[in-house]
Parts: sequence; C-alpha cells; structure tokens
Amino acid sequence: MTYLEAIRSALLEEMDRDPAVVLLGEDIGVYGGAFKVTAGLLERFGWERVIDAPISETAIVGAAAGMSYLGLRPVAEMQFIDFIACAFNQVTNYVAKSHYLRGAPVPMVIRGPAGGGVHGGAFHSANPEMYFVHTPGLKVVYPATAYDAKGLLKSAIRDNNPVLFFEHKLLYRRIKEELPAEEYLVPLGKAAIRRPGRDLTIVTYAAMVHASLEAAAKLAGEGIEVEIVDLRTLLPLDRETILESVRRTNKLLVVHEDTRTGGIAGEIAALVSEAAFDELDGPIRRVTSLDTPVPFSPPLEAHFLPNAERIAAAARDLAKY
Amino acid sequence: MNASPTHEQALDLYYYLRLNRSLEELLARLFRQDKIGGGLYGSRGQEAISVGAAYALGPDDWMAPMIRNIGALLVRGFKPRDILTQHMARVTAPTQGKDGTSHFGDLGARHVIAPISMLGDLIPVMTGAAMAGRYLGQKIVALTWIGDGGSSTGAFHEGLNFAAVQKAPLVLVIENNQWAYSTPVSHQAALRDLVDRARAYGIEGHVIDGNDVIEVWDTARGAVERAREGGGPILIEAKTMRMTGHAQHDAAEYVPREMFDYWKARDPIERYEKRLTASGLWNEKIKAELDARVERELAEDLAFAEDSPFPPPELAEQGVYCEGCHTIQAQWRRPKEEVMPPKSSVTARWTVRDFGDVREAEPLTKSDQG
Repeated sequence: MTYLEAIRSALLEEMDRDPAVVLLGEDIGVYGGAFKVTAGLLERFGWERVIDAPISETAIVGAAAGMSYLGLRPVAEMQFIDFIACAFNQVTNYVAKSHYLRGAPVPMVIRGPAGGGVHGGAFHSANPEMYFVHTPGLKVVYPATAYDAKGLLKSAIRDNNPVLFFEHKLLYRRIKEELPAEEYLVPLGKAAIRRPGRDLTIVTYAAMVHASLEAAAKLAGEGIEVEIVDLRTLLPLDRETILESVRRTNKLLVVHEDTRTGGIAGEIAALVSEAAFDELDGPIRRVTSLDTPVPFSPPLEAHFLPNAERIAAAARDLAKY
Repeated sequence: MNASPTHEQALDLYYYLRLNRSLEELLARLFRQDKIGGGLYGSRGQEAISVGAAYALGPDDWMAPMIRNIGALLVRGFKPRDILTQHMARVTAPTQGKDGTSHFGDLGARHVIAPISMLGDLIPVMTGAAMAGRYLGQKIVALTWIGDGGSSTGAFHEGLNFAAVQKAPLVLVIENNQWAYSTPVSHQAALRDLVDRARAYGIEGHVIDGNDVIEVWDTARGAVERAREGGGPILIEAKTMRMTGHAQHDAAEYVPREMFDYWKARDPIERYEKRLTASGLWNEKIKAELDARVERELAEDLAFAEDSPFPPPELAEQGVYCEGCHTIQAQWRRPKEEVMPPKSSVTARWTVRDFGDVREAEPLTKSDQG
C-alpha cells in the first residue's frame, strides 16, 4: 500500500467506524481530490459526508469547527497545505484557542499535501508547519511512512484536539509498504527510532527521514553508525526520545526540509542545550532548506532542498568531534 | 410575519431589554471604578437587536453572539453574574478568567458558541454548526450577528457564500450601527443597504428597523422558521446606531452630534415602553415590578462577582489541550444507517444546472422583496 493509499484507507476505516466523521474540502468528492486521496469516498459515503466546498479555506476550517461543536469529527482537506495560509486566522485564533479559553474542544483534522521536490513552485511546495507548532492548542503531525500515515491519521481523527496532518506529496506514490490487515493506531506525540546507531543522532521527519536513511547507509560503509529519530509528531514534541538518543550518541544533527530560520531545529537545539548540554561531545548542527521561498526550476529547487549528500557531509563533519 | 407576542412574551422582551441596559450601565460604573480590566464594549441603542433576535430562537437552536450581544446571552439563560465575572476576570466566570468580555459560550444546554475578536469568523463556524445540525437530522437553525464593519471581512463572504451554496439553515443579522470604531459605514461599503449583499449570494434578505424590538423579533422568527424548513440562509440587516464610542475609552467625537440626537429620539427601550403603554400591556405597577426585579438581580450578582476570587496563577498553565475532557456526543435525530454504506452510496457525478451561457437577467426572487 502506498503512503497515499494508506491515508485513504485511514479515512475510509474511520468513516466506516463512526458516522460522525465527515470530509470537506475543494474537489474532494466527484474528482476525488487533486491527488486522488479521497477517490471513491463520495461513492461510498454520499454527498452529506464528502462535501465539495467553494474555494474558501476560511469557510472550510470555520465550518469544520462549527461541526465539531455539535459532535461531528470533520476532516478538512487543504488542496495544498500552502493554502492553509488563507485560513490562518481561523486556525490560530478560533480553533487553536477554543479549548484553552472557553473549554470548548474542537476535535477536527486539517490535512493536506506539503513539501517540495516535485517542482511545484513557491505556492505548492511549502512546509508551513512551524507557524502552527508555534500555536498552543494545535497538534501537528507529519508522517514519513505509509504505516505511520495510516495509524497517525486514525489517531488524529479520534483525538479531541485540532490536529494538522501534513502529508508529504513526494512520498504519496514513492513509498510502498505492506500494512497489517488488522486495525492499528499510531499514537500522537511519540517519535520513532528508524535506525539505531551509536555515533550520532539525526533528528528529522517526513521526507527527510528517507534522505537521512540514505545518508546513514552510506556512512555505515565508512564506519559511522547514525541513529535516526523520526519525530512523526512535531507538536507536542517527544522530548524524551530526542534526549535519550542524544545521551546515547552525544552528538546531534537536526535535518528538516523546512527553511532554516525558525525551523524546529532551533527549538530542538535549545531543548538539548538546556537538558543535556553536558552530554554533548560536539556542536549541534543543522541541515535544512535555504531561507528562501521554494524556487521552481529543477536545479534551483535541488539547490534549495537538503539531500542525502549534504546530510552525510554534515554528519561526517560532526562525527570528527 | 406580523405576529404579535403574547402578553407574557411582550413583558419578557421588556425585562431583557431593561436588564441588558442596566447591566451595561453597571459595567460602565465598574469600569470607571477601575474594577474592570481590558475594554468594555457596550450595546446602548442596539439592545433590541440582541434581545429580539435571540428571543426568536427555539431551545435546540444554536446562537453565536458578537461582543455587543450581551442581551442575547441574557435571553439564552446566562445570568448577569456570568457577564460581570467575565469582565471582572474572576475564577467564577464562564472562562475562569482566561478570557474576558462576552467571549464565552456553552456547548451544553444553552447551545451558545463563543465569539473571538476577529470579526466574521463566526459566520463560517455557524455555517458548520447549521450543516452539522442538518446532517444529524436535528432541524435546528444557527443564528449569529455581524456588524457593518465586520461585513467587510473575507470570513463574512466565505461563510455566507458557503452557507448559501449548502442551503444551510443559517440566519445572519447584520447589526448596522453606522460606525465601525471610528469609520462610518460609507467607508465600509459602497452600499446604502448592506442587505443588498443577500442578492449577491442568491439568498433571502430583509432590512428592518433595528430599534423596534417587535420588528426584530418577528422578522427573526420568520427567518428562523423558513431556514428550519430548508429554505437556505437568510440575511437580515437591522438599522440602528451605536450610542456610545467603540468602547468605554472612546468619546466618539467623530460622530456628528445631530446623529446622536436623531437616534436618541428613536431609543429602542423608550419606544418599546411607549408601545407597551399604548397597547395596554402594562401599567406603572408592572413596570415598577420588572424594574425592581432587574435591580435586585443585578445587586445580587454584583455582590457575587465582587466576592469572587481571582483565578489561581497556575490556572494559566492548564487546558491548552483537551485530554479526556470531551463529552460532546453527536445527537442523532435520524437513523445513522442513512449515512453509512450501503445506504449512503451514490453515483459520483455532477448534475449541472444548465450549460452556463448568457441569459436574460433573471427577475428578483421573491425573497429579494422582503
């Protein structure tokens, strides 16, 4: 099952399980979604549960919040997650603050394709997760595997809080895994060790998990054993797993496809300096995208994005300490 | 339309109008005594719109007030103490001091969804509430208010347009009080009547005298019933005047004095008092009893609020997430099987209304005549 099919399968299973689960978004019904994530769901669940909305991201998010207040569990699709910017106020001021201020929970999911590497240009390739990681009240999930995409989305739909579910579009059809036939969930807020290693820790998530694994395979041939922590959920952050890994390896490299300034690497570096400074044998390093919008032309985008070579180079350098 | 309230309803409306105004006068005194932090946003001159529209709702309907709709909260069963403690930031307030003003609601019995300061946001939210109610088979209506200024927001357009496309049971009241903070309505929209926007969304619209509580109640009641029957969203523009500044700090010197004079002569409460007298629905004794009840309730609730402690500082750390707190269950009023396969299954194909070529302008729908 591909990463994309895993997401569809999570939606289908949750809609089968709970009639309170409804979908809304642009072109998700008859067309099945820009990437066909929701293909077949209108046929199965009907017009009331798979709602094609106008091009109105604020209305989509706001309506989902209103639905949740009456006991539904809406899943709103942003056709590209970049467009969540149009609903920024509704997400960060209305939805995120509802429970803290007024005790009114907003169980809803906003999901959509994120990330670059497919030559989508500046408005179809972004990684805007940190706007929302900086917003108390939200949960932010960004899976790297098909298994996690399915299990995390099912957990997100059942969660009593608003969850932003980022799907890396580069992985949609490139990642294929055998998934269990029986139902399973992956808990929110728990990172996973993708590869154990003693020499240094790479903390990463989403598509960069795969670039980091590629780098780690190369480094293993050079005698450098890298441990890879896949965050899976960015908010709430699994601080324990990060710190435990750094205490084992004593070196930390953070890799993300998001731009550099204000990316989660800064937060993780601060966390590790505060809680495990004495354990560090070298400086905390980052490999990230450039601090620019995502450029369109393939050589520009390739220059903008991190890759296995750059990760390996940074890891090699760090391993010398 | 043109229904008359019963005797009891007529006196009820007066009670809520009076309670609304007297509560706000009390809040203004507390503000001057420095007992209220933050801003104090009043509705003097606009009370009939809060009270009349909220009074038109049935018990299962949903309502979302704006910051000035204190009267609507009172109609919906909140007590003056809820509003006093909110403004005084006490732990006994509905938000326990985490938010102030009329930023609170009750998803339980009262079916009230809270506002935030960003105007227009409630319109998509109430569209969703209306759609959810219909989906669950509840036959409910969702009603909210917006100001003339708030009707300039993108959220207003997106929410009302989505409601129109979905034929959602939403009633939206534009409370045109002529001023958005210091900006006159002429600089919000190039329209004399904001209700003209209803045509742009293909929905029913009404423009009414917002200082006539009976007209507000009657129009809202009719709109609520038609929305309930599936006629789609309805826009009501209620003309009124904000008789104060934007908030207590604002002396409103930018408003022409004559404009205040004009509207002062049309005060909704004085007008309603005269109407009750003229129609023989009350006498001095009944009025005195109702006024005394208002004063007594306010005195009791003020004492409650003043005796209430501030929240413990550590409360600031709590409640970012709802962990195991969620008790809201969808209230199904239709068989769930209808929305589950195989019954829910459809052929995924669009039915187009026509081929979209140029047509003669269609006549105004009857709803435009409202």
